[in-house]
Amino acid sequence: MIFYIVRRVLYSIPIALSVGLVCFLLVYISPGDPISAIAPPDAPAEMITQLRRDYGLDKPLPEQFAIWLGRVVQGDLGRSLSTGRPVWGEVSVALKNTVSLAVAACTLAFAIGTLLGGLAAAFRDTWVDRIAMTFAVAGVSVPHYWLGMLLVAVFAVTFPLAPSMGAGPGGTFVWDWAHLPFLILPMVTLSAIPLGLVARTVRGTVIEILHQEFITTLRGKGLRSGGILLHVAKNAAPSVLAVMGLQLGYLMGGSILVETVFSWPGTGFLLNSAIFQRDIPLLQGTILVLALLFVALNLVVDLGQALLDPRIKR
Amino acid sequence: MSALQSQSQPLVKVRDLNVAFVSKEATLHAVNGVDFDLAPKETLCILGESGSGKSVTLRSLMRLHPPRRTRITGTIQVDGTDIVAASERELSSIRGRLVSMIFQEPMTALDPVFTIGKQITETIRRHEGVSHQEAQRRALDLLELVQIPSARQRLDAYPHELSGGLRQRAMIAVALSVRPKLLLADEPTTALDATVQIQVLLLLKRIQAELGMGVIFVTHDLGVAGEIADRIAVMYAGRFIEEAPAEALLEAPEHPYVEGLLGATVTPASRGRRLTAIPGSPPNLRTLPVGCAFAPRCTSAEPNCRAAVPDLRALAPDRTVRCIHPAGLRPSMPPAMAFAAEERAP
Repeated sequence: MIFYIVRRVLYSIPIALSVGLVCFLLVYISPGDPISAIAPPDAPAEMITQLRRDYGLDKPLPEQFAIWLGRVVQGDLGRSLSTGRPVWGEVSVALKNTVSLAVAACTLAFAIGTLLGGLAAAFRDTWVDRIAMTFAVAGVSVPHYWLGMLLVAVFAVTFPLAPSMGAGPGGTFVWDWAHLPFLILPMVTLSAIPLGLVARTVRGTVIEILHQEFITTLRGKGLRSGGILLHVAKNAAPSVLAVMGLQLGYLMGGSILVETVFSWPGTGFLLNSAIFQRDIPLLQGTILVLALLFVALNLVVDLGQALLDPRIKR
Repeated sequence: MSALQSQSQPLVKVRDLNVAFVSKEATLHAVNGVDFDLAPKETLCILGESGSGKSVTLRSLMRLHPPRRTRITGTIQVDGTDIVAASERELSSIRGRLVSMIFQEPMTALDPVFTIGKQITETIRRHEGVSHQEAQRRALDLLELVQIPSARQRLDAYPHELSGGLRQRAMIAVALSVRPKLLLADEPTTALDATVQIQVLLLLKRIQAELGMGVIFVTHDLGVAGEIADRIAVMYAGRFIEEAPAEALLEAPEHPYVEGLLGATVTPASRGRRLTAIPGSPPNLRTLPVGCAFAPRCTSAEPNCRAAVPDLRALAPDRTVRCIHPAGLRPSMPPAMAFAAEERAP
């Protein structure tokens, strides 16, 4: 097991490096010159050359990458062009909000998705199955910014039950009763897609497991439904865990639209403003942090799977 | 039940068992009127090719078929308990305790993500509600009973960490967890190497003698049947077509199908001779013929054979055959058969 963990961690290093390279190259792939964002539109050519030199943009690419990487490793993601504050500070605050939201949404999606998928598998081809799967397909297919706006219109405007803007007092989210209502609508919105995916994965996996011969053995040993459920759950857990892990990863970075709809001060919101202000260091830093988080999450999922399924650790 | 009664009463009593699988497209008649008894401590081998209904018959004894699609009629009594009428709840306490089962492929029949020890102890705890330590201790005893080397470490092993033979031994240990009175074995040696096969058979024989269980053993292998069985019943198209003490049946089969099976088997005596194959293929269980299901492939079939299913006739007190002209009563016998019949005559 130790060997497996070490190997898996080592595998993550080249992945993380490539992620870094892509983030770095982002400046060059993205349209528009970063200099033009800071320099006044009518700046003379000498001033632009001067700025280029100041930011180290005149050096060859590999050298720029090495310098950038050296700073990143020390936790220096540069400064935001628009606010002048360190990118790391901005990202870490936003990340805390996003993680809170993503974890809440995933927990909700996992609980309800597992329930729906499990019921659908147990009552396969009955009306229970059909209703649960209609729900799941709807969850996956509905555009979530639209669902967000719909929820705002219904539960914040028509029936003012929950706030629809921001993360609560102080501008950032904290786990207490004053902030919790602000979490509800974005959480429900964000949980729709993973809920649908989890429900479908659970259904498919459980049906497949129920067809395996060891289920007959378990029945043949006289185990009751509860005892058999334990076996089904442990067998299904690795696949469901993999889907959940990926979804949590997507929610960390992929919630730009939802965070914008609810003005949730998270990384998606931050990315949105960085894009519009062409704030390249901020954009680069945010994407890098999110991508690394995604890599780390995958690592955790892999290790979790190995923990649950003894056949994996070899 | 007194000791005397249990001596005279059969452990298993099956009468007119019919099993059909119903789906939207068709009804598949897998078992069509099977009768048999099993005495305590006896071993019955059900012999037949794929699709003859042997496994289905076996699984009926603990009603292990998918409940929604299966129709079972007839009588099944195991140790006096009516299996056909039992509720799911009653069944779950019968399964594993009174009757338990060994499957063909231990790799798929054991849960891959639970340790061997856990799969044994959960059965013990389900039926006897003993403490975890006690169950653990008994699981260890069981692994030693089935002769798994370094049993203590194997308790924590997962199925994929064992070899095929050890895995099947573990499967046997799981089935024996609560010392059942009846052990059902569904081709338990088919997936194993020949050398491991004989070890497992000998083990089963020894354990049966030690624990005094009744055993019903399903196989398509004549050699295996001869090795383990007291009695052999041959199935074809969901019916018992011949039932006899093992030696008698292997020495002098009565039903043309069984004759054909033996003729197609390699034995030391058949050395240098050409093996004879049975022409044709088994019948479709969705549309069974009116008469004897073997008639289309039988060399001595006559119009009567196709008119109605032949009755089961007793040739001796312990010997039945479902054929109008069994070998012993056939007018024109091929020389080899005649010789066999003569030998039996005195």
